[in-house]
Amino acid sequence: MALIAETTTNAPRPGGTPLFTGRDWDFPLLQRVYDAIGEIAEKELGLDIYPNQIEVITSEQMLDAYASTGMPLFYKHWSFGKHFVRNETLYRKGWQGLAYEIVINSSPCIVYVMEENSATMQTLVLAHAAFGHNHFFKNNYCFQQWTDATSILDYLDFAKKYVASCEDRYGQETVEQILDSAHALMSHGIHRYPGKHSLDLKSEQRRLEERQAFAEEHFSDLWRTLPKTATGPKRDMDAERRRQLLGLPEENILYFLEKNAPRLAGWQRELIRIVRQIAQYFYPQRQTKVMNEGCATFSHYRLMTRLHEQGKITDGSFMEFLHSHTSVVFQPEYDDPRYSGINPYALGFAMMEDIERIATNPTAEDRSFFPDFAGCGDAYGVLRDAWANYRDESFILQFLSPNVIRKQKLFRLIDDSEDDDIVVAAIHDERGYKAVRQSLSRQFDVGRQDPDIQVADVDLAGDRKLILHHNVVDGITLESRDAAKVLHHLANLWGYDVKLLEIEDGQTIAAHDGSPSRAFR
Amino acid sequence: MHIIDRRPDPGGKSLANRQRFMRRARALVKQAVREASGSRKIREIDGGGAVTIPADDVHEPSFHAGRDGGMRDYVLPGNKKFVSGDRIERPKQGAGSGSEGSADGEGEDNFRFVLSRDEFLDLFLEDLELPNLAKRQVMGDSAEKRHPAGFKTSGSPASLSVGRTMRRSLSRRIALRRPNPVELEEMRRELLDLEAKFGESERIAALKAEIERQERRAKVIPFIDPVDLRYRRIEVTPEPIARAAMFCLMDVSASMDEQMKDLAKRFFSLLYLFLTRRYKQVEIVFIRHTHEAKEVDEETFFHSRESGGTVISSALIEMAKIAKLRFPADEWNIYAAQASDGDNLSSDNARSVALLRETILPMAQYYAYLQVGRGEFDREDGVFARQETTLWRAYQELIRPNLPMAMRKVNDRRDIYPVFRELFERRDETAETS
Repeated sequence: MALIAETTTNAPRPGGTPLFTGRDWDFPLLQRVYDAIGEIAEKELGLDIYPNQIEVITSEQMLDAYASTGMPLFYKHWSFGKHFVRNETLYRKGWQGLAYEIVINSSPCIVYVMEENSATMQTLVLAHAAFGHNHFFKNNYCFQQWTDATSILDYLDFAKKYVASCEDRYGQETVEQILDSAHALMSHGIHRYPGKHSLDLKSEQRRLEERQAFAEEHFSDLWRTLPKTATGPKRDMDAERRRQLLGLPEENILYFLEKNAPRLAGWQRELIRIVRQIAQYFYPQRQTKVMNEGCATFSHYRLMTRLHEQGKITDGSFMEFLHSHTSVVFQPEYDDPRYSGINPYALGFAMMEDIERIATNPTAEDRSFFPDFAGCGDAYGVLRDAWANYRDESFILQFLSPNVIRKQKLFRLIDDSEDDDIVVAAIHDERGYKAVRQSLSRQFDVGRQDPDIQVADVDLAGDRKLILHHNVVDGITLESRDAAKVLHHLANLWGYDVKLLEIEDGQTIAAHDGSPSRAFR
Repeated sequence: MHIIDRRPDPGGKSLANRQRFMRRARALVKQAVREASGSRKIREIDGGGAVTIPADDVHEPSFHAGRDGGMRDYVLPGNKKFVSGDRIERPKQGAGSGSEGSADGEGEDNFRFVLSRDEFLDLFLEDLELPNLAKRQVMGDSAEKRHPAGFKTSGSPASLSVGRTMRRSLSRRIALRRPNPVELEEMRRELLDLEAKFGESERIAALKAEIERQERRAKVIPFIDPVDLRYRRIEVTPEPIARAAMFCLMDVSASMDEQMKDLAKRFFSLLYLFLTRRYKQVEIVFIRHTHEAKEVDEETFFHSRESGGTVISSALIEMAKIAKLRFPADEWNIYAAQASDGDNLSSDNARSVALLRETILPMAQYYAYLQVGRGEFDREDGVFARQETTLWRAYQELIRPNLPMAMRKVNDRRDIYPVFRELFERRDETAETS
């Protein structure tokens, strides 16, 4: 790298005066840095962002923010205290550093920056969060579809006040019980597919008319002459009808409880709703970890490099930036003691950098793998399209190039409990690229990470037992101790017994039961 | 873009959540605190610090996949030697990857966190109470506490509550419809207007009569009536004496070994800790004795040895002397704790008991006797039950209900805390008076 050759590290490069030279920063400097980044972000990368609100906080406040998943306001619950206590201990013992920033998907987009960051780090943080993440939040379809950035802070404010007023009225403990139970089911309080509306009378009428019209159009008297099947499978019309009325099967368990649990009071339903809405708000972030961090990391890397090329940051601070950048995108290998899964920053950044390379300087292999955009020249255009229209699973499936697979030496293992050994199914070679890519894509599919559990039926005429089904994939059943605890919470909300059946290929392979310990009143 | 400086915002946003968590984990934390106190050094006992509780009870469950069985499919980075089709022996369960998976909540890691000093002590000393805390002797005026206690109808002008008086005055004036000066003024002006216009009319006469009536009303109904007056009521309560003197008496004769001294020291530390929680000022007097007693500093008290016989009454006399000189009983709360192995000169027992009964106990708030043993079997129901020491038997004779004295035996480090709790456990009022 050429820049190491320079002797005085703080010497500005020709062609520009650096925005800052030392470690210290102040508010006017933040503004100047922001403007300088903003110009590059808009003109060169074509980023499209929400207005930003930069909030400078202390490390204490950062710890506070950690506890409530970064949100500036949140209702009160002991579990946040638990996270706070844990993070605080880790931090004070020096086992864990604090993030340089937290960014919130809202409009205006709130970016917390820590006061102890150096001027270089503040520049990096602004490039990463205020532009990278911000662009992603605003443009990615998952966020557009599921979250409303303009209203989330108002909603959290409402939630906080509502929970507090419930505590005043019904007692902290009662409220806590409901929240505990709802939190246990949070991962199953999400609508995964849009567009399911309950039928209103008008559309039902219309549907009926359409069906009649269809029947009239296709009427044929001949049908009448067909002999009736004597022993067709007799369907239980009552059960069908009941399930239909309750909207079953339903995978959003919290939604089902909010609408149908027989013994909940209005305020309890509202509390469940609050937990559900918040789970839904965070769902896109879980779906787009690699992309979100990749987008932010790629953006900050490009922006910082451009700033340096323009002479706006000194060689010294560019080195400081590179130091923290490389530690962010470090991917330990699988046999390294530091290995703890695939680093989304590293994977996202590597893939996006590779997309840029393919768009501008493709090889023959790239042309065969990515005929759509290899060599098209408009790297940022391709990236913006990817950032807008994919989530982790589809992004990897579409864009993971053989080059990245080779660089990271990715390989695929299959661990079948019925086999004695673990089998290496594919490695980074000609035959393996597609298998590795497919497998990695599934690894990042949130729909596969969360077990597929649905409310299947209710025995309304009998003991009101709620039946749930877990559709087992690849023979992986639920962890039974936790499942029993969650079912207990579920039973408390439902008010009666619940049963969870784990079903694979039509066979029930495991069952869990739960009974309410107390009925909420 | 705009920048907001949040740094001056009040901190402690998570305090409420932290407290909720503490409340939830209270039982566990309490147990952990007590266990932690056993392994700590005496000087560090009140330092707060980290305690560890099992994560199980504060675990947040969720539906997630188990770790056994099924077919799993991974992609890992950093392949070095594998080619596809290679078979790798499955690593044995628990071999090396034991802590794996704790991130998903399954690992039963213990939960470790730091308590502040106050949190630690609160839990540590929960439900304990100093006996006879309510010593009420007052030291003249300075020990009186004056606090507001509502209002009264009479009092000195200086204690008049203007706000309260005016409020009552206002409500009375409204109730009796005392005319408003503004309204009166308006009527007068209207009268002047009418007089200027018409000179004489029926309307004017009526207005005049009305004005006269209202003026009379204003005179009859006073602005402030004696019934409105309210004075601040101040109640004076004598303040309990907020300082205590703690006497530590210890036998340092040759029969007391280091281990027994350590037990005694633990007990004294706990007592000191406890007293500092309750009193603003706690003085400690260390008196050690063999056949003669001496007041010493802490270092000497615990660490230097002396040989000689054991005469407990010498320490009691010394204590009485010091108390008389420096800690008069009407100004100080006096607590005493005596530690001994019970081997007293047998001729001295009667004298000690007499001293206790006549001099020490009347002035003391509480007197605790701790008999330390060597950790050997000392069960009263055991076959080899040791004979009670003569001192123990002598003291036992002394014990009466309502006498501020208690005695316990301790043989092991871990007994100290339970014994301490037992001695200072909060008792019901009824049980105490009966």
